[in-house]
Amino acid sequence: MEATALIVFREVLEAALIITIVLAATRGLSGRFLWVSGGVAAGVLGSILVALLAGAISNMAAGTGQELFNAGVLLAAVGMLSWHVVWMSKHGRELATQMKGVGHEVMSGDRPVTALIVVIALAVLREGSEVVLFLQGLSASGNVTATDMITGGAGGLILGSLIGVGLYFGLVRIPIKYFFSATNWLITLLAAGLAAQSMRYLVQAGVLSPIKRGVWDTSWLLSEQSWLGQVLHILVGYMDRPSLLQVIVYVAVVIFLVAASRYVNRPAAQGNAA
Amino acid sequence: MNFKSVKTLGTVLALGSALALGACGEPADDPNAVEVVITLKDHVFVPPIVEAPANTSLKLVIKNMDETSAEFESHDLDLEKIMKGNTEATLRTGPLKPGTYKFFDEFNEDTAQGQLIVK
Repeated sequence: MEATALIVFREVLEAALIITIVLAATRGLSGRFLWVSGGVAAGVLGSILVALLAGAISNMAAGTGQELFNAGVLLAAVGMLSWHVVWMSKHGRELATQMKGVGHEVMSGDRPVTALIVVIALAVLREGSEVVLFLQGLSASGNVTATDMITGGAGGLILGSLIGVGLYFGLVRIPIKYFFSATNWLITLLAAGLAAQSMRYLVQAGVLSPIKRGVWDTSWLLSEQSWLGQVLHILVGYMDRPSLLQVIVYVAVVIFLVAASRYVNRPAAQGNAA
Repeated sequence: MNFKSVKTLGTVLALGSALALGACGEPADDPNAVEVVITLKDHVFVPPIVEAPANTSLKLVIKNMDETSAEFESHDLDLEKIMKGNTEATLRTGPLKPGTYKFFDEFNEDTAQGQLIVK
């Protein structure tokens, strides 16, 4: 039962943190809990599908199908998050003003809500498929009773979700003036972290070279396996032993998003904006 | 920091990345990679300790001889692969510095633990 709880907790935590950041970033959007629930539901269905197709996916691309699929899912999420960051950098201030004014909820308008919902669905799909395969193996082995599996799974789910909820309530205490730029930074670092994470699958598949492994080793200070390490790994992309490839990609994503955000806010563009 | 300097920095970084990526010596899927076979049976690695030469590209061939799924994982090597029962997988790693690198089956962590000793 503990083994089930631990594995479910780890996977749920990763998805929960991403959901929390998206919920914070969509603050002020009416009906967002419905959108997010839709994303989670789509992710759950997707993860069952992926688990069913796991064998076929694995065999694709000369046995590297799983790595390419994982890298693809992560990079798709990076693309969606990037879209959101750039959009928000242009409209964040308007939104903060709107929220302070007439009521607290605004209609979606042309916000890239779909992008964020896709990010949630992809996160749930990634983590969920692992859980499904694990539970399949566990029930097939006959070593664990169904009750133990359900209790362990529920325990892991609740604990992981609680951390996500705790983070959300912490985030909404940020004054509205700074709130959207704070969430934009969180999303930027999340995108950079996911991009760096995608690199490990491409290196494993032999598609890319890590250039140099273990550029630094801070596992003695904060291990990625500790609970705080895991949280920081998702939130800001903390890596205790990154390869040079991962560091380059992380920094490149941050620089790209900062540059793109400033570009859309350049004086000429602002003059033309309606 | 104004836009122009961010743009310059971005260009420098992009060029630097391209040069760095191009400069890496070995091809990513080195045909001269040394093969290391790791077998998983009855939720235990057989043998639990395998060896490999240091500073060489490595090709780990994982064989899951069990009926159930396994997740071959290593934090030391930064590897992760879900494997259905009775399947085989090839993972690229190395060149590695001498040392001991642990790996495990996350789905059966209490019994399936192994070490790759690199000399």
